[in-house]
Amino acid sequence: MYAFDLERPTTLDAAVKAMAAGGQPLSGGQTLIPTLKARLADPGKLISLHSIPELKGVSTDAEGRICIKGATTHGTVAAEAVAYPALAHLAARIGDPAVRTRGTIGGSLANNDPSACYPAAALGSGATICTDRREIAADDYFQGMFATALEDGEIVTEVKFPVPQVAAYEKFIQPASRFPLVAVFVAKFADGVRVAITGASETGVFRWAEAEAALSARFEASALDGLAMDPDHMIADLHGDKAYRAHLCGVMAKRAVMHAA
Amino acid sequence: MPKDSGIGASSKRREDVRFLTGSGNYTDDINIFGQLHVHFLRADMAHAKLNGVDTAAAEAMPGVHRVFTGADFEAVGGIPCGWLITDRFGQPMQEPRHPVLAHGKIRHVGEPICAVVADTLAQARDAAEAIVLDYETLPAVIDMKAAVSDSSVKVHEELTSNLCYDWGFVEDNRDAVDAAIKGAAHVTTLELVNNRLVANPMEPRVAVGEYNRSDDMHTLHTTSQNPHVIRLLMGAFVLGIPEHKLRVVAPDVGGGFGTKIFHYAEEAFCTFAAKALNRPVKWTSTRSEAFMSDAHGRDHVTKIELALDADNNFVAVRTETYANMGAYLSTFASSVPTWLHGTLMAGNYKTPHVYVNVKAVFTNTVPVDAYRGAGRPEATYQLERVIDMAARELGVDPIALRRQNFITEFPYATPVAVEYDTGDYHATMDKLEEIADFAGFKARRAESERNGKLRGLGINCYIEACGIAPSNLVGQLGARAGLYDAATVRVNATGSISVMVGAHSHGQGHETSFPQVISEMIGIPEDQITIVHGDTSKIPFGMGTYGSRSLAVCGSAMVRAAEKVINKAKKIAAHLLEASDGDIELKDGRFSVAGTDKSVAWGDVTLAAYVPHNYPLTDIEPGLEETAFYDPANFTYPSGAYACEVELDPETGHVKIDRFSAADDFGNIINPMIVTGQVHGGIAQGIGQAMLEGCVYDADGQLLSASYMDYAMPRALDVPFYTVDHSCQTPCTHNPLGVKGCGEAGAIGSPPSVVNAVIDAIASGSGKAVAHIDMPLTPSRVWAAMQ
Amino acid sequence: MLRLMASMRFREDFHVRVSMTVNGRNVSGEVEGRTLLVEFLREGLHLTGTHVGCDTSQCGACTVHVDGMQVKACSMFAAEADGAQVATIEGVAANDGTLSAIQQAFQDHHGLQCGFCTPGMVMAAASLLKANPKPTEHEVREHLEGNICRCTGYHNIVKAIMAASGQEMPALAAE
Repeated sequence: MYAFDLERPTTLDAAVKAMAAGGQPLSGGQTLIPTLKARLADPGKLISLHSIPELKGVSTDAEGRICIKGATTHGTVAAEAVAYPALAHLAARIGDPAVRTRGTIGGSLANNDPSACYPAAALGSGATICTDRREIAADDYFQGMFATALEDGEIVTEVKFPVPQVAAYEKFIQPASRFPLVAVFVAKFADGVRVAITGASETGVFRWAEAEAALSARFEASALDGLAMDPDHMIADLHGDKAYRAHLCGVMAKRAVMHAA
Repeated sequence: MPKDSGIGASSKRREDVRFLTGSGNYTDDINIFGQLHVHFLRADMAHAKLNGVDTAAAEAMPGVHRVFTGADFEAVGGIPCGWLITDRFGQPMQEPRHPVLAHGKIRHVGEPICAVVADTLAQARDAAEAIVLDYETLPAVIDMKAAVSDSSVKVHEELTSNLCYDWGFVEDNRDAVDAAIKGAAHVTTLELVNNRLVANPMEPRVAVGEYNRSDDMHTLHTTSQNPHVIRLLMGAFVLGIPEHKLRVVAPDVGGGFGTKIFHYAEEAFCTFAAKALNRPVKWTSTRSEAFMSDAHGRDHVTKIELALDADNNFVAVRTETYANMGAYLSTFASSVPTWLHGTLMAGNYKTPHVYVNVKAVFTNTVPVDAYRGAGRPEATYQLERVIDMAARELGVDPIALRRQNFITEFPYATPVAVEYDTGDYHATMDKLEEIADFAGFKARRAESERNGKLRGLGINCYIEACGIAPSNLVGQLGARAGLYDAATVRVNATGSISVMVGAHSHGQGHETSFPQVISEMIGIPEDQITIVHGDTSKIPFGMGTYGSRSLAVCGSAMVRAAEKVINKAKKIAAHLLEASDGDIELKDGRFSVAGTDKSVAWGDVTLAAYVPHNYPLTDIEPGLEETAFYDPANFTYPSGAYACEVELDPETGHVKIDRFSAADDFGNIINPMIVTGQVHGGIAQGIGQAMLEGCVYDADGQLLSASYMDYAMPRALDVPFYTVDHSCQTPCTHNPLGVKGCGEAGAIGSPPSVVNAVIDAIASGSGKAVAHIDMPLTPSRVWAAMQ
Repeated sequence: MLRLMASMRFREDFHVRVSMTVNGRNVSGEVEGRTLLVEFLREGLHLTGTHVGCDTSQCGACTVHVDGMQVKACSMFAAEADGAQVATIEGVAANDGTLSAIQQAFQDHHGLQCGFCTPGMVMAAASLLKANPKPTEHEVREHLEGNICRCTGYHNIVKAIMAASGQEMPALAAE
């Protein structure tokens, strides 16, 4: 690692000020720390968000949304987001137990790894990403692999998830990294179905419009019969080519529909 | 009633307590006052002409003591290869110089170019970024078959080509094999890849070099399976340090699996630099460095043909293998695809004609060398896959086909130059049928099919040659070292015993199992016996631990030394008991005079040896310590039969290993608990090779599977509980313990049954038949094959 | 053999003073921002039982507990553990050396070979059994997803953890 200063503010205000002075946020660090070890980043100053009580916790707002503070760990979400079982289940299977102790929802969404789990939940639920500056709809937030609507120094403070009637997250893991090779989040709301896919695309998490239309009309796995994902924008790597990933999108989507609860 | 101590007892491992409490002493736990840290600047290109290295800016960085380059090592030797192969035409293999640091040329990603030594590791890493390399990129030589074409770029300009050797075995069999195949009723041909693997012991390699100017003494602490071999190779061939001025210590070592046998550049560097700087120098590999600097394993591309007569008797086997050596010859690299592979191509079968051709090839990749099994998994995989394929083609039962061709009479001289001393292949197959519950398979398959899955059952046999030896034979075959081992049994005055052994324990539990043997021989409690290993200054000599040889070879040396001790002790006892030596019996720690009630305790005799007041000083010396070197008469030949049952999800290609059973014949067994554990670990590595692990380079020589993000290590979720049995025992006929070795069996015996099971599962479905899928059988490969 | 003093390793550019409780003992030291918790434990406190087996946060050899929760000490900065309660493998056995139930089960069931992954395995197992005293075999295997062992094939590790939880093993595993 290159040398850097590490600051540990205890209020959001202090964190925002430290960020304005040229820091980069450090949340759970489960992606950032390996990146730093490989000397792929040279941040100069890191602002740890770990010691800010107001950035932690799970609650329900007046609209019935599950609201998760930005620095809430996956482990906490798994235990406390019980009102949204698909989300709790997703959080309970991110990485491994130690990763879930440290990794946070804000960190995951800010990083927007194309194979991360949380982006699928946020996009698939139509969540709202709140920052120290504004609120961003998930549909506007994800802007491609590792790219988001966040500006420099902007901190994810909270994520608000509308709770669907039923939902499920089906993950097919890449056996080395244990990240999703392809994972699909399906959520059925009163006004339609959202289908978000992670792990598959070179443009990061995305919604599968054709599947959403088919499932909005008829919420059954068989509604997806005959729908084929275009392999063109799929990721191709050691663990699967474009055709395989495109195929898995369909398989995992169907399984998510079957398991939606 | 199981024994609670001695030979055959599942004694709990004494080494566990320190490992379970964080009190182990691994090499990275060693920090020496005043030590400096080295960071190696490694090549990030596969092949380049290195015109110059500018280290001035780096040397000016804070904390930097010196930056070493290839020029600093021009005067010392290259890293040697320990085995000379003679090719089909009687010519020696091509053997390029392997420099400690790259000089003039870069030949693989990860090759060390410069070594920055600084007060802290962070300073060394910072300074390494200031080094300027002047280089010209060259095309990378990656594909083995392209590498041996006339038009290929050469990895080593000084060689005539990228072909290290073209080996034929047995060359005299060639024509007879060709004729037998031509005249056969059926020939099954299979082209397959034995995938490149990275050994990945959980402890990365570490080296700490130390130098004492006052007595010109060098000490190297290193993560090695064989400290004496490192002392010999590094001292005699690389740095020119005589043995009495070089101590090599391998303390607790966190797994080896072959990759810690070899002598590596980083060890030579730390030893060299400690003297040059007159400060201890430490290097700790990161896992990322390990992927590009630890010798890799396997990486063979093979075409195998199995010829059968009209009655399905095997009549001939012919193979052609391309074996990747990587950019340089690692310590035992040349012997793996030849003597450790060709000699096993008869397998468990009485095939009369066998011919093995191996072309070893240099490429711009990390050197390839022995990894758990080393050559024998490659041989087993080819043979057991082609037999399964033949059974499928002929529509016969794969077990019946194997049984029909089993060798049943021992000793058996194979057509590939080895003689199996004992074995009973029907017995292990019988045992396998029982423990794997073949009878219940049909019902399990039906249950899987009800759930939309396919179920397959795959089996295979294996034989391996372990306890590599004897020295006079391996010498004729090109080994540049003897392959005996040594032990000193030191009896202390009060009767406790320290045994200094040449074998090194890095997970095998020698500290527990070796005392069981001595305890059995003398009849004193196991806790009265301690094993000392891993330090050239403490043990007599040793060729180390690999090839499942520790107990068969070093254990035999220990037995011989203990026999000498007992013989001498009997003389002392005879004196104390005023009887003749020939009448003295040793049982349960007491010497007695046969046919009388006169006896004396072990401790009284040992005390007399060290306090020789009443002692036959004119006939024998005081003291009780003996050393023995043991050079076996033959290899040992463990064998067995394995079964794997898989459940395949046809929608995703995902394969779950549902059941795995192993019936092994290891001859006599000292500690069944440890043997079982060795088999478990081997099976997991075999499942890893078959299902998960693949080390992959792109066409430019970049390592794509360079970390655990892309190299899939087996996790707990990837494997089932295993059913393991080793009750079939045909003891080795030529070593005193009748033991054969168990360390590699699991890794050798498991990959073919896994692949056979997947092919069987696919065949049971309604889709198209699939003849073969290359390992690792990742979901995407399985799914693609089924489309 | 003399061990390096923490102050030598971290003598330059120290920015943060950290204090924490490690295995019940109050400790403090100067660390850089980039000093990992595992470096502070191993090099600063000479608690070398916590091992480093990779640099991509996957092998789990460095697993410790921070404030009662399972953490990879290679994936957390020492400065972030300021004020925390840290538990490492060195603190698991009783003061008189008596092994914990989990440690004893690992020995009884041969759940370790080379020992390098073992401290992480024991700490992960302790964390599992605290939250889930009677896990199923599948839950044990799932909990070990972030802990890699290359020696044992996991069979005896899973068996040891099940045994430590006081559960009978399935017949298949009881060979």
